[in-house]
Amino acid sequence: MTSRRDFLTGTVGLAGGLALASIVTIRPARATPQTMAAAIKEVAGEVPIRKGKVKIDVPPLVENGNAVPVTISVESPMTAADHVKSIHLFNEKNPQPNIIGVHLGPRAGKAQLSTRIKLAAAQTIVAVAQLSDGSFWSGDADVIVTIAACVEDLQ
Amino acid sequence: MTARTLINVPAKARRGEVIEIKTLIAHPMETGYRVGLGGELIPRNIITTFVCNYNGEEIFRADFARAIAANPYLTFFTTATASGTIAFQWTGDNGFSASEEAPITVE
Repeated sequence: MTSRRDFLTGTVGLAGGLALASIVTIRPARATPQTMAAAIKEVAGEVPIRKGKVKIDVPPLVENGNAVPVTISVESPMTAADHVKSIHLFNEKNPQPNIIGVHLGPRAGKAQLSTRIKLAAAQTIVAVAQLSDGSFWSGDADVIVTIAACVEDLQ
Repeated sequence: MTARTLINVPAKARRGEVIEIKTLIAHPMETGYRVGLGGELIPRNIITTFVCNYNGEEIFRADFARAIAANPYLTFFTTATASGTIAFQWTGDNGFSASEEAPITVE
């Protein structure tokens, strides 16, 4: 028969194990600058990415990481011969490095888009644009976030 | 499944004018990383693709990842070429699909 002491130590051990397991499961792996570089490589391949032409407009200090307004613009005449084909936005500290990828053409008239994103921590976000001649250009911005998104509980 | 959407397209434009299109759709954009009251992970439920067609021709496409905020808001530009309709289509997890149209008159 189980003694009272055995029963108590058994249940405490079990509860501790469960608590540990839940702590482990609620913390997803964070993206790192390395995974961001890998995600950028998936878009650009081996083509070198030059800095410039791409501008990210984002508040330098945001209170709520759940909805951060971002505007990305790329300098381009947007003609049939010289236009922006795609724009991708990446982050380095969310659980996943990708944020958004858009495809546009000369009809856009203006290579600019605005949206709202989630950021899990103060970090650098990077935008990469592909031009019609195949070259890639990038721009980045630093954001400080006081309330993180993505990993908070509902409690 | 229907979702509330908000579209802002200028009703009239001059031919060749670059116009701004603003879109907003009601959607939770659940990341799949959040934990519910019972300690279980809430499954991912996001919009993955947005497509904009101008008189049947695709002019803009966006792939959303989990880092897009709830109720995805997106603005972009296009050149007004002809009168007609601009159609918007969102698709996502769990068979989510929503579409909207806006008329435009080009002079």
